[in-house]
Order: sequence, then structure tokens, then C-alpha cells
Amino acid sequence: MSIIPNPDAMAAFAADLAKSCHAPCLIFLEGELGAGKTTLVRGFLRALGYRGPVKSPTYAMVETYELPQKIIHFDLYRLTDPMELEEMGLRDYFTEAAIIFVEWPERAGGILPNPDLRCYIEILPEGRKVEISTCAQH
Amino acid sequence: MNILGIETSCDETGVALYSEKHGLLAHQLHTQVALHAPYGGVVPELASRDHIRKLLPLIEDALQQAKLTRNDITGIAYTAGPGLIGALMVGACVARSLGFALNIPTIGIHHLEGHLLAPLLEERAPTFPFLALLVSGGHTALLSVENIGHYTLLGESVDDAAGEAFDKTARLLGLGYQGGGAALARLAKQGGPSQFHFPRPMTDRPGLDFSFSGLKTSAMMTIAAAPKDEKTRADIARAFEEAVVDTLVIKCRRAIESTSMKRLVVAGGVSANIHLRMSLEKMSQELGIEVFFPRPEFCTDNGAMIAYAGYRRLKAGEHDDLTICARARWPLGELNGAY
Repeated sequence: MSIIPNPDAMAAFAADLAKSCHAPCLIFLEGELGAGKTTLVRGFLRALGYRGPVKSPTYAMVETYELPQKIIHFDLYRLTDPMELEEMGLRDYFTEAAIIFVEWPERAGGILPNPDLRCYIEILPEGRKVEISTCAQH
Repeated sequence: MNILGIETSCDETGVALYSEKHGLLAHQLHTQVALHAPYGGVVPELASRDHIRKLLPLIEDALQQAKLTRNDITGIAYTAGPGLIGALMVGACVARSLGFALNIPTIGIHHLEGHLLAPLLEERAPTFPFLALLVSGGHTALLSVENIGHYTLLGESVDDAAGEAFDKTARLLGLGYQGGGAALARLAKQGGPSQFHFPRPMTDRPGLDFSFSGLKTSAMMTIAAAPKDEKTRADIARAFEEAVVDTLVIKCRRAIESTSMKRLVVAGGVSANIHLRMSLEKMSQELGIEVFFPRPEFCTDNGAMIAYAGYRRLKAGEHDDLTICARARWPLGELNGAY
């Protein structure tokens, strides 16, 4: 796999990913702080024609984008108790036909369904490497 | 008018009484920091239960402090959002029920309107209109405040909030998440001028939007490559704090110059940062404008700011019906209306 040298290249990578994703689709985003998880989601949204700001959902924990294709962006960084997801109405989000990104999915303590894709972003001195694996269980 | 203010949006239970004639009569705060400390963050269910335990005794304490009885209360304001839904519901239920029992009007307040108006609680308070820099863990925004309920968003962060960048960089420096921003500021004090330099994001192009995500990434790369000794960590913290503060000051200066506002109000948790306060004071002297900060205890969540915002809206004749309302999410763009 080739190295992604900068945020623009990450956006181009996300645009390629957008071409092959259709709802319903659950994507886990993994990687350290500053790896580029939100940058990937921003690139994905731009590829679908969204021009507005794509804010970090760290504080609100979830941002929703009502495009022809609905996109839901979770960030569980601040989550300390998986029960909080129940309070947020997590189950309601997962009944919709949407493409759902989840940053820091490991903090959900097994409450989340199995993802269709898992993107692991590794930080390297020369840029980023994204490893994608499919893990849907049928 | 004596307005009871109730704040329960996160992990602080805040209660206050504000009088039209005498100003702030009482202000009580219970913090749950110790309760959540073993979990490394706020546990919503524990927060809700603790609000239930503390809210009524705190209201009694506030009444005692103000030398008033329940029947002296003429209106109730509570934080209707945004925040943790379970925690918000506690305040909303108590406020509405008490209002119903006492037959007095109640009103749901946007948490951030409370922060925005907090400097008006001070003896030296700004007059309208003013420019407001709202800077916290969840928000970084510049607003033009023409009057109560008349706010125009001039610019905001397109990605991370300034407080979030502080907290995440603190985490990268090994300072933990809870209160990480304040810990970073303490570490920065030990630091000196160094070879470390961070970008001032989005200051080289026009506009009043902010971006702090790239700064966080830049800090991450710097920290990973640097030695781990205390002196180096302190130097990095100082360079990082300088970059955030500089960026905020540059945007404030630009907003003042483009709006010709004569007053700047700084609100939200990050407004407690000493370095930010000193830099904005210096800028205000250069530009010949006035700058206003809430006292440090009103920079963080409190009932006084909610009582005050409620007082202004109730006085203007606004109030809500008896529905118990709470909104976990309530965008900044919808700040103008009460609930």
C-alpha cells in the first residue's frame, strides 16, 4: 500500500473510498490522536458534494449530514461509559440507511454492531498508511 | 423580580438567585469532579443521580444565603441544552415543577447564551453592542451581540475547538484528559523560549473562522520527535499555548477592526487562561477598546449566568409553556431563541 503524504492526499483517498461505499455501511476509524480520522471523513463528505464545515465531533460525540446519502459521524473519544451511547439513542442511528463512521470504536465496549469496514490509520514519519479490512459477519 | 437559575448540563450543579434590584443575591455550586475522577471522565448516569441528590438542598442553601423564601421567587430559568440529556432533564423537571407549584413563569436557556452573558454579572459590565469570543472545550466562535437574543455568528472553528486542542495536546504530553487544558497551562509556565514553534492556523487568509486540528497534529509530531524530559515538555507546552493564544488574539483583532466594536467580551472555560487574558488586555490597550472577562468562577459552568440570562428574557416578557423540555444537541446557529 502506498503512503499518503499529506491531508490533500488523504482527501483523495477518501474520495476513492466514497465511490465504493453504499448505505447501509458501518465504518470504524482507528488511529492515534492527529492520525487524520476526521480528515478522512471530511474528504469523504467533500466527494459527496458537501461544502460546509466538517467539525470534530469530539465534544458533541455525533454529527449528522443530511445529503442525498445520509452520513453520520461518531467520535467516542470522550466516552467513559458505553451506557452513554444508549442515552444518546445509538440504536436509533443504526436503524437508518446511512453511512456511519465511528472514531474510537473500541471505547463502546462491544455495544456497536460489527463494522463492514475497518480503517486503521498508521502515523509514519513520511505520512500516513491506511489499512482497510472487511469484517462483516454473515 | 427574583429569578432562580438552575444549571445541570454536565457535572456541576449550579443554583443562583438574581434580583432585578440588588443583582446577584446567592450562588451555590456543587462539583462532581471527585465523583467521576475514578472513571477518567464524566459518567452520565452518575451525573444525573448526583444532580437529583444535590439540586433541592442547593436551592434551599441559595434561598438562605439570599435571605429569601420560596414565595419570593418570581421566575425560574434553567439550562435546557445542550448537554447530557439525563443531567439536563433533572434541572428541567425541578424547574418546571417548582414553577408550576409556585405559579410563576419558567424559561429554558441555551447553555452558551449563559456563558455569553456571564460578564454582565460583574460590576464593571459591558453595554450592548459588543463582540464576544466564546472559547471552550466544545466551541470556539466570534459573535456580534447586539442585544439579548440578537446574536450574529461571525466565525467559528471549522474543526476542533481551542479547548479541545488544549485537552488533546495535554493528553499527548501525558497530562490526562480531565482538566488537561489547565494542566497544560501550568506546565507552560515552567517553559521558556525554545526552538519549538507551532503554526498560527488560518491567520494568513481573510475571515474569522478558526482551525485547531492541524495545530494538534503538529503538536503530536513535535512531541513524538522530542526528548521526554520535563524541561522539553514544558517548552513544548509553552510554544503550543502561545500558538493558540496568538491565533485567538489575531482573530479578535481582525473582528474588532472589521466591526468597529468598542467592547470585547471573552467567555467560556478557556477564558480563564491567564496568558490569553494578558494578551487580550494588551491588544485592547493598543486598539483603544475595552475587554471584559467573567470572574474565574463564572468562566466554568454555574447557575448565576443562567439566572441572569433568564432574568433578561423573562423581563422581556418571554416564558415557556409547561412542557418539560431538554435538548442534548442545540446548535450555536439557533442561539437567538429561548427554548
